[in-house]
Amino acid sequence: MMQRREFLKILGAGAIASAVPGFAHAAGKSQGRVVIVGAGYAGATAAKYLRLWGGDQLDIILVEKSTIFVSCPLSNLVLGGSKRIGDLTFNYSGLDRYNIKRLYAEVVGIDAAKRKVHVGEGDFLEYDRLIVAPGIDFMYESLPMLESAAAQESVPHAWKAGPQTINLRKQLEAMPDGGVFVLSIPKAPYRCPPGPYERVSQVAFYLRNAKPKSKIIVLDANPEIVSKKGLFTKVWAELYTGMVDYRPNSQVVEVDVGARSLKTEFETVRADVLNVIPPQRAGKVAQLAGAANVDKRWCEVDFLTYESKVVPGIHIIGDSVSAALPKSAHMATSQAKVCASAIAASLAGDPPDPQPVFANTCYSFVSDKLAMHVAHVYRYDLAKKIMLPAEGGGVSDKPTELEGDYAQWWAKNIWSDVLS
Amino acid sequence: MNTRIGWLAFLLIIPLIATAEDDNTSHQRVLAASCAACHGTNGNSVGGTPVLAGLDRSYFVLQMKAFRSGERSSTVMYTHAKGLTEEEVVSLAEYFFSQVRATSASPTPLGGL
Repeated sequence: MMQRREFLKILGAGAIASAVPGFAHAAGKSQGRVVIVGAGYAGATAAKYLRLWGGDQLDIILVEKSTIFVSCPLSNLVLGGSKRIGDLTFNYSGLDRYNIKRLYAEVVGIDAAKRKVHVGEGDFLEYDRLIVAPGIDFMYESLPMLESAAAQESVPHAWKAGPQTINLRKQLEAMPDGGVFVLSIPKAPYRCPPGPYERVSQVAFYLRNAKPKSKIIVLDANPEIVSKKGLFTKVWAELYTGMVDYRPNSQVVEVDVGARSLKTEFETVRADVLNVIPPQRAGKVAQLAGAANVDKRWCEVDFLTYESKVVPGIHIIGDSVSAALPKSAHMATSQAKVCASAIAASLAGDPPDPQPVFANTCYSFVSDKLAMHVAHVYRYDLAKKIMLPAEGGGVSDKPTELEGDYAQWWAKNIWSDVLS
Repeated sequence: MNTRIGWLAFLLIIPLIATAEDDNTSHQRVLAASCAACHGTNGNSVGGTPVLAGLDRSYFVLQMKAFRSGERSSTVMYTHAKGLTEEEVVSLAEYFFSQVRATSASPTPLGGL
């Protein structure tokens, strides 16, 4: 791992770079410099595919504050007990062979006019193109009592895989048999549409085996289950009979962290283990860039290049994008590839793909072995200029072990595609 | 029957389409790269799904047709095959045929915790 100061010295960034404008980086041989902020599914994929498609002359810098990658996909299985978070945790060394410079630092500002990314204490990186892939940020203004680290110790979101996932698992392990697990789901759009319902199924799988007298109350701000509705409803009725109490139109308005209880418009619900997934918006760096122009939450982009509609030269990919596309890992990689291809083409003087087509596959596990999919092909609509689902998409007939096997291999293949 | 004739016609004109597709490699590579989530980078699967790199073009097209019709039983491939146009399937067949087979592996988890 390289520290910021040392890295910037090697890179010739900071004060030195300010004297070297435009394309003349790296001894004048570079075709241009692309800085990517965020090394999740979207950002890491963009970096790798820029190298694959942009050639050796491109200067590619990946900026990420964490030295490790923790997969959100499969992280609900940590709650169910069939995975450990270490099974889903990787470093970035697999990207070494693509000659991608990595800087572990937090971005503190973006100057779009001067094409600079500030990484603190007066240091900055210049770029020709900037890709921002910051994932999601939580909107604590609606639930200020959950903003502190101490509050999240008691009432975790566990919606970014990592320490909070482990915390929630430990709380479930410590819960007495006959206890109540309460999950609060925000209004869509949020990261991973079927994710909350997969979580309910995973917690039910654990409790059915370990603490069968326990109950699950689902307080969903949405009018109905957002994704794979029929499948989840059937699974809860048949596999976890009598355990899941699903309440639609139940938006949380207040949380009593100490008492582990919450209020909706209609009722107060007390929990033994309380898991509140807060409402979400584009990640902080997208906001710093001034790119979150839709309801001050999400980023409007050109779907041929993923360039922001409001900040030229800055491309936004992944969960931060405003679109009728699911905020999933596969989707993040698909957007990253359209963006990388367009930037590579642009730096070579070529036009972007005039009509991108890509697919999304999203598996949900409902036990340790059973999984089911939702999948669609999406095609750019030339008249509406947005990505629309093609005819023929849909969901599994039922969860199966075969699809559970496919889902495990999906994970291994996408990790390979993103990280090695 | 019409569909069958349509597909056979496509098999015959694969070389022509391939030439047309070369005009926009960007479109073809983006489309093909979307398969990587399950089939690995450039179709070099790490396991659990078929390696698509270097696969015979006609075989690829016929399998996709069989997924679409339900003739070959499948789960998610039924969904994807139905969403793609015939031109897109042929373009994918061309792309993967031209990829070099290579050993690929999933990264090693750090473990613990």
